Amino acid sequence: MKILAFSLRNTKEILRDKINIMFGLGFPIIILLLLSFVQKNVPAPMFQLQQLTPGIIVFGFSFFSLFSGMLIAKDRTSSLFMRLFTSPLKAYHFIISYYIPFIPLALLQATITMLVAILLGLSFTVNMLGLLVVSIPAAVLFLSLGILFGTILNDKQVGGVCGALLTNFSAWLSDTWFEVDLAGGAFAAIAKALPFYHAVEAGRFALAGDYTNVFPDLWWVIGYATLFTAIAIMIFRSKMNYN
Amino acid sequence: MTAIKTEKLTKYYKDLCAVDSLDLEIKQGELFSLLGVNGAGKTTTIKLLSCLSKASKGDAFILGDSIRKNQLKVKEKISVSPQETAVAPNLSVKENLSFICGVNGFDKQKTKDKVDETIKKFNMNEIRNKAAKKLSGGWQRRLSIAMALISEPHVLFLDEPTLGLDVLARRELWTLIKDLKGKITIILTTHYMEEAESLSDRIGIMSKGELVSIGTSKELIRKTGAKTFEDAFISIAGHGGIAA
Repeated sequence: MKILAFSLRNTKEILRDKINIMFGLGFPIIILLLLSFVQKNVPAPMFQLQQLTPGIIVFGFSFFSLFSGMLIAKDRTSSLFMRLFTSPLKAYHFIISYYIPFIPLALLQATITMLVAILLGLSFTVNMLGLLVVSIPAAVLFLSLGILFGTILNDKQVGGVCGALLTNFSAWLSDTWFEVDLAGGAFAAIAKALPFYHAVEAGRFALAGDYTNVFPDLWWVIGYATLFTAIAIMIFRSKMNYN
Repeated sequence: MTAIKTEKLTKYYKDLCAVDSLDLEIKQGELFSLLGVNGAGKTTTIKLLSCLSKASKGDAFILGDSIRKNQLKVKEKISVSPQETAVAPNLSVKENLSFICGVNGFDKQKTKDKVDETIKKFNMNEIRNKAAKKLSGGWQRRLSIAMALISEPHVLFLDEPTLGLDVLARRELWTLIKDLKGKITIILTTHYMEEAESLSDRIGIMSKGELVSIGTSKELIRKTGAKTFEDAFISIAGHGGIAA
């Protein structure tokens, strides 16, 4: 009941912020449309919808780091949080309540991205369901990063770190905008040591129905998601017991 | 019966002693005001008693439960209305009230009953579906106090509840607070002498982290030989207190 009440409040706070909706749902769609038109004029294999759609889905998830981070950072500095910290809520009530509303929203965003891709010419297959499932660890990863940054930074800093740095950083290193192997060297090595590239690769394999090759890419994402979720929970708990 | 008992309650922020060996006993149903100039230790005391801050030394008991050892039990018995209005801005009045019922573990029927009862009690029917961020300062404060009360606390902490409100809104809140007297224990901090004098059963005056004087407003006036309560306060807070 406590988790339901708090996650319901978080859902309403997110959905009633029109900028969240506009960026979270709208911006990835605009990028998908834009790159599809580029592909029609200047054909490039990586901008084919089969390759591009999983990348756009992961790119869209990066905005959820911003939303979750902003929500927590604003909450932390508000008197409402002071009130909630004196209520019988425990640390795990808070953390679960922040995750719950974002996971369905992330899946909704991924579904809308796929629907737009279908309208643009991507063949509808049952593998799209596979892509959704394979995308969940990436959604959790970005949410955990948002919760972590929202716990340690103020809302302005979250705007800079999650809104500017993370969205760009994760996009460049994801193999969506350009092939990281073309950049080669240290850039490719860094990209492949981080989870964003693997999240897109796992999605591409899932969409192609090549489930045997989804791993080990997905392990990278699951590993990072687990690590950052654990760190986010640990730091949130320590902050709650601060003073 | 005792609602709050502190035993040498102390809080240090690095080298600064914000609350110094506070010994205090407040009876159930009492409205106790904590007064003091800025930095006297009032808000820190409330933070300690409401488990928002950890005591450096000493302990306090809320209806028998230690703020050090039984925080969850303490939190089930208390509610805080912070200095600033503590509402969820994008939620309506009704949603804010339901939200607090939910985080306190009330079931659906109890939530509905409590929300309806509170809206009626606080005369908020006309604004029940209005977003909190669109309410005036006075209504937001009223909602904030309603949210503190809807969880049925035994002990209510009101940290400067009328700060920044106009005279009419302040008097309306006084009426609400007076209605609660005797039903629950209230600890109030305020900078308004008239407010403390009008509402309190007893008043404690803090200075530099210490409780320097305690008594009814009339007792404090008599002890200092002042003409008004404000003069008594200045005499006590300005000179480090008189014998309690």
